[in-house]
Amino acid sequence: MKDQISIEVHNLTVSYGAGPVLWDVDFELPTGKIIGVIGPNGSGKTTLLKTIMGLLEPSSGYVKIQNKSLNEVRDKIAYVPQRTSVDWDFPASVYDVVMMGRYGKRNLIRRPNNADVEIVEQSIQKVGLSDFRDRQISQLSGGQQQRVFIARALAQKADIYLLDEPFAGVDAATESSIISILEEMRNEGKTVLIIHHDLQTVLEHFEYLVLLNTRLIAKGNLQEVFTKENLSNAYGGQLTLLSKVVEIIKATDFPIREKDVDL
Amino acid sequence: MNDFWIILTASLVAINASVLGVFLVLRKMSMMGDAISHAVLPGIVVAYYFSGDRTSPLMLLGAALTGLITAFLIDWLAKKVKIQGDASIGITYTLLFAVGMIMISGWFKGNVDIDLDCVLYGDIAMINLDKIIVDQNLYLGPRAFYVELVAGLIIFLFVILGFRGFKLLSFDEDYGLALGINMNFWHYLMMGLVSLVTVVSFEVVGAVLVIGFLIIPAATAQLITKRLIPMIFTACGFGIIAVLVGFYLANWMNVSITGAMIAVSGILFFKVMMINAMVSRKKLRVKMH
Ligand SMILES: Nc1ncnc2c1ncn2[C@@H]1O[C@H](COP(=O)(O)OP(=O)(O)OP(=O)(O)O)[C@@H](O)[C@H]1O
Ligand SMILES: [Mg+2]
Repeated sequence: MKDQISIEVHNLTVSYGAGPVLWDVDFELPTGKIIGVIGPNGSGKTTLLKTIMGLLEPSSGYVKIQNKSLNEVRDKIAYVPQRTSVDWDFPASVYDVVMMGRYGKRNLIRRPNNADVEIVEQSIQKVGLSDFRDRQISQLSGGQQQRVFIARALAQKADIYLLDEPFAGVDAATESSIISILEEMRNEGKTVLIIHHDLQTVLEHFEYLVLLNTRLIAKGNLQEVFTKENLSNAYGGQLTLLSKVVEIIKATDFPIREKDVDL
Repeated sequence: MNDFWIILTASLVAINASVLGVFLVLRKMSMMGDAISHAVLPGIVVAYYFSGDRTSPLMLLGAALTGLITAFLIDWLAKKVKIQGDASIGITYTLLFAVGMIMISGWFKGNVDIDLDCVLYGDIAMINLDKIIVDQNLYLGPRAFYVELVAGLIIFLFVILGFRGFKLLSFDEDYGLALGINMNFWHYLMMGLVSLVTVVSFEVVGAVLVIGFLIIPAATAQLITKRLIPMIFTACGFGIIAVLVGFYLANWMNVSITGAMIAVSGILFFKVMMINAMVSRKKLRVKMH
């Protein structure tokens, strides 16, 4: 399992009309790792995830999942969109939303069976929301809403999980509880791909990195990729602030947590 | 007896519209209902021209088809030509409605007995003129009632069977796509049903006010419900209340029946909003003590 490729992306170019947002991106990702996708705002991270999930049509290039086309392995890959992408005032309970993880092409018409219900209950429990099971989703905190989305993805029982900024607007305690859920999944051999913003916590969370800025800047094991040179290539102008961050991180083995340093 | 049929038929209009209105409101696509209800006019005219009779199922088909074309054109303008969403709605439906007007007033004049006023405002008091009578004397009720009934059965069938599809579409369309579900299918199915509702209702309540039946009860229900199924039933309830109160109010004040129904619906919305705000303020006060 370990050496297999989870996601591969070849010569991928994506644009929304004007210039390309992703340009000739090409990489293969390992299986069974927690992988971070980092890059500045507007660097195409969300676009990359959406293209992998087939929500956007690339203008050239292609994506393969577990060496197959996306449609052959839809049920092996789960997507956690950015929390702000939906209206949380929707009249649904935590349970209702997590149940959506059990929907699929073939079983949309039939009622959820006992196995589905069981899986949904387990997923809710895993993210620690059992007490909120029947609460309307608008009456949850941001961190709880994020966990609802993660539970929904867990309910898919997939092999690969793609998460778009799961730590945005989440406090440190929730962040580490989410990370421990994801680590547990990694230990079961699942692949977890996370778009991440906070450079300070990169060292804690990831073992493998994809560094993006329209083009692929670097990818590989943490130590190889998380270097001053690569980061300055990705973040360009904001180099001084950046090198400070890197130095802090290198000097202290234990990274200082300072939320949302906007680079 | 006539009153009874008017109330019954209007209630069916309210129920049919409210059920679909819930999804439109949740998808923030209220204006789509407005667009479709106007844009089906050329479809109605053409179908009427070929069938020569207003009771023909061809009318429904023609109108539903035009409704789908409208929805498709709006999506195409917004997504492919990248015109702002509300502008693409405005362009599409006024254009199609204008074509329908030209057809009625010019091309098909004389062949098509459609009155533009009737299309826009309907006339619920007149539905009893078009009766269904069997065996020469057994009166079964106005035709409009049965048309609404059939439309209602179709809508309920699709909403029950496709409930999860519509729910997913309304909450998180991208996630549905990520699950490999054909969300376009659900979108156009919904647009087809909205077309159906507006077409069967335009004779009764008119193309302008049908949007009130679609949106207001659903928006009112959203204020006080926390789950989707209760929201649908509550919306139907508000719709029926508006029909009943509106009918008697109109009779008493001798004003337009449909107008009164929608006015009551709107007042109900503001009442519920105010009561809702009062209740949550009270709760807050209790919490603070
Ligand atoms: N729907 C869209 N239409 C047009 N342009 C878009 C659209 N979505 C994103 N873009 C543009 O594409 C570029 C990449 O966007 P993307 O959302 O992929 O960046 P990101 O790396 O996720 O940024 P962030 O860190 O802010 O989330 C941006 O310049 C953005 O303006
Ligand atoms: Mg993003």
